[in-house]
Amino acid sequence: MIPAIGLALGIIIGLVLQPAVPVWLQPYLPIAVIAALDAVFGAVRAILDGIFDDKVFVVSFLSNVVVAALIVFLGDKLGVGSQLSTGVVVVLGVRIFSNVAAIRRHLFDA
Amino acid sequence: MSDDEPAAPGPARNPRRAWRRLALTGAPRLTRANVLATLLAGLLGFAIITQVRATSIEGLDNLREDELVRIFADVDRDGDRLAEEIRGLEDSLTLLEGRSTNEAEAQRAAQQRVDALGILAGTAPAQGPGIVLTIRDPGGSVSSPVILDAIQELRDAGAEAIQVGDERVVAQTWFKDADTGILVSGTVVSPPYVIRAIGDANTLAGAMEIPGGVTATVRRSGGESDVEIRDKVSIDALLTLTSPQYARPVPTP
Repeated sequence: MIPAIGLALGIIIGLVLQPAVPVWLQPYLPIAVIAALDAVFGAVRAILDGIFDDKVFVVSFLSNVVVAALIVFLGDKLGVGSQLSTGVVVVLGVRIFSNVAAIRRHLFDA
Repeated sequence: MSDDEPAAPGPARNPRRAWRRLALTGAPRLTRANVLATLLAGLLGFAIITQVRATSIEGLDNLREDELVRIFADVDRDGDRLAEEIRGLEDSLTLLEGRSTNEAEAQRAAQQRVDALGILAGTAPAQGPGIVLTIRDPGGSVSSPVILDAIQELRDAGAEAIQVGDERVVAQTWFKDADTGILVSGTVVSPPYVIRAIGDANTLAGAMEIPGGVTATVRRSGGESDVEIRDKVSIDALLTLTSPQYARPVPTP
């Protein structure tokens, strides 16, 4: 409940402040957002599995973001930035889908 | 399993328990987990909305270099292709305009030839200034040579189209005496003979009056003639053109 309020609060702050994305952050932000979403869905699944641990959540959230940004950075340096970004998005998308499927099985038994 | 049983670690296979577990975890409690989760969720929301705004506002600005190069190359190629297309279309436009001008020119020339040849061959009606020569023959003594002479005199004077009675006079026209008048190309024409001719009216009229000319000849053979100058003479007798059976045009080299 409270994390959901936090999410809404973050969106409202973003709408009010209307921040411009710094140039150095531009390639990494979209991938970081996807990675964070993956961590969030993983956390919800962990709650339902009964194995949720706040430390694990925080570490996985931050490490997801950092690793995703690192992969994009490395890809840019190697000249395969766009392909690697696509790859990361695909992998994270698959993980998000499987997590959502597990959550659905828990909540709706279907 | 009762509802007040506390959520225990382990898989929650019962949906109701799963909801309960979710509600328990989400319940407003000031635990470290909740604070951290809220903080991170807020960060995520902030990041999402920032990125969405950046994507929707900036368009090309947040694309990477290789993408920009690709887009630039695409636009460049499109521009080249469209310029090529414009050139091609302009070429065909010029071609078609030239062709239609030429065709209109050719058609005008051909129409002029058709008109001229139609008047010459007697297949087209004609009108213009000219004279009407009326030869009255009360005694029945005006013969076909007199009429032929009159026709020749008119031709000499530059008549462009001639009609005797209701018969058009062309190159093949022939005259012969008949019982009640004369035969013009096989058709009987009775007196008075009305000869219409288009040409310079004064020249034609003068040609009729010259001494020893048509008027004198008619009078000598017992008839009367009079010439009427008109601004507009209509020649409406027509001939049907028959294609030659033996004569063939010689191909121009």
